[in-house]
Amino acid sequence: MTRSAHRAEGRAIGERCLSALRAAGAAPVDADILQPASVLLDLYGEDIRGRAYVTADPLRGELMLRPDFTVPIVRRHMDGGADPARYTYLGPVFRQQEADEARATESLQVGYELFDRDAPRADAEVFATIADLLGDAPLRAATGDIGILRAAVLGLNTTDRRKAALLRHLWRPRRFRQLLDRFGGRTPVPPARAALLAQADPMADLPPVMGKRTAAEIARRIDALQEDVAAAPISTTELELIDALLALSETCPNVLVALRDLSVDMPAIGAAVDGLSARLDALAARGVDVDALPFEGSYGRTSMEYYDGFVFGFYAESRPDLPPIATGGRYDALTAVLGGGRGVRAVGGVIRPELLAELEAGA
Amino acid sequence: MTLKLGVPSKGRLMDKTFEWFAARGVTLRKSGDEREYAGAVEGIAGVDLVLLSAGEIPRDLAAGRIHLGVTGSDLVREKLAGWDSRLRELARLGFGGADLVIAVPQAWIDVDTLDDLDAVAAAFRAAHGQRLRIATKYHRLVRDFLRQHGVADYQLVDSQGATEGTIRNETAEAIADITSTGETLRANGLKILSDGLIHSSQATLFRGRRRGWTEDQREAFTALEAKLDL
Repeated sequence: MTRSAHRAEGRAIGERCLSALRAAGAAPVDADILQPASVLLDLYGEDIRGRAYVTADPLRGELMLRPDFTVPIVRRHMDGGADPARYTYLGPVFRQQEADEARATESLQVGYELFDRDAPRADAEVFATIADLLGDAPLRAATGDIGILRAAVLGLNTTDRRKAALLRHLWRPRRFRQLLDRFGGRTPVPPARAALLAQADPMADLPPVMGKRTAAEIARRIDALQEDVAAAPISTTELELIDALLALSETCPNVLVALRDLSVDMPAIGAAVDGLSARLDALAARGVDVDALPFEGSYGRTSMEYYDGFVFGFYAESRPDLPPIATGGRYDALTAVLGGGRGVRAVGGVIRPELLAELEAGA
Repeated sequence: MTLKLGVPSKGRLMDKTFEWFAARGVTLRKSGDEREYAGAVEGIAGVDLVLLSAGEIPRDLAAGRIHLGVTGSDLVREKLAGWDSRLRELARLGFGGADLVIAVPQAWIDVDTLDDLDAVAAAFRAAHGQRLRIATKYHRLVRDFLRQHGVADYQLVDSQGATEGTIRNETAEAIADITSTGETLRANGLKILSDGLIHSSQATLFRGRRRGWTEDQREAFTALEAKLDL
């Protein structure tokens, strides 16, 4: 399938959402369908080739059919947008669906992106706005906060290199776990590495170096490995705190209580937990029933998006085969990458109106 | 309608395939001229031989243009997304074996595993401002493998031949290529990562999963199954 069978109804729902967002003060923006592939590849890595359509232009090189609007809108905003700024858009995005032929490869998205310094208030505004647009569709909300895990990693009593390695893999749970197990001494040093480090001078009999990676880089990595093997393992207490954080799955108020308990032993997450608390207050002020709102410690870690704080999604309970009907989250780090180090605070969400139409048709 | 069997059109792979079928009482041969890509089948009725490039056999099978085909299991995985929902493996033929592996310069004494490769990719990107390049022609297989193992900050560069030379030429930092003994890799100053085996390939007989076979085709297939002891 290339397009949803519910194209016309989806378009109508999308138009309604767009009008509502414009009426609420968001500026309508558009983005080119063909985006420079290099920007997206540098951001998402080679994986995106398996998910987005890549094409080539004899003059412009590799181009990609936009897999989302967020990246072009951030780039545009970073070139001189208002502060705060609210944007909305409606249009097709393109994703390869190798694993599931039933999923549309071209689908409509209507979105809302908010650039505002007051993070808790902005998080609540985006979530509540998306929730309002979804109306009374039978959806289950999911929320999480990558920022808390990030703060926990930064607060570990270990080397900066280990923290950097873990932060780099927040979105790859399997590699994150492997690193944590090794840094915590749960898995032994690989034998080849142990043998290398046991040598008096590992660089003494270096085979001829070829290619762009230099002997100096190899020597630096060996120094890093020496430092790592000499460093104390991350304590069992800390590993258990991370495990406890990742295993959280409760309503928001209960999670908040649990996190306050965890932060007694892990003070580094204090500010992030305060942020969650402020967000919950802001959500409640917007009429969201936070007492019933679920929170998962691991939510948002496997998505392609660059979310690094608040994350949310809305799922059709009656249709577990469907992708999430709406998703969103905070992406401050993405703005820093695209802004050449100069970041702003940003949060956004999208609705997939064709899925909403499909859901309504089936109900 | 006959049942169409696709076989690689030249070289060792074709000769070995012919031998494999001959040993089971089915004679395949090129008809007429050596350069002609038509074939004949003896020893079983209702089967036609189609001689094709090994690289085209996966797609032709998936599209239903041929019904059975012999090709490398690596090519099937590379050319077809979700290959096992579209083709079924009938028999591994026991020849044409080669491993798709990740290899790096022997001078990278600090790199033995994918974990090392990932760490080096991060450091390389920080130092050079570009992602670590891996030269290959097996883009899908390599990308899926590296994603599964959580390796980041690399990029694949296309290399359709002489891939071992790309590092010396500074068009790549590592490679993913097929090897049977590892000899060429070693001769080029490369070594295989200890957990860098992506796929062990061999010549394999596949059938397409497409429906809509005629009664004749099903009968021919049943007879062939019996003859080949599938």
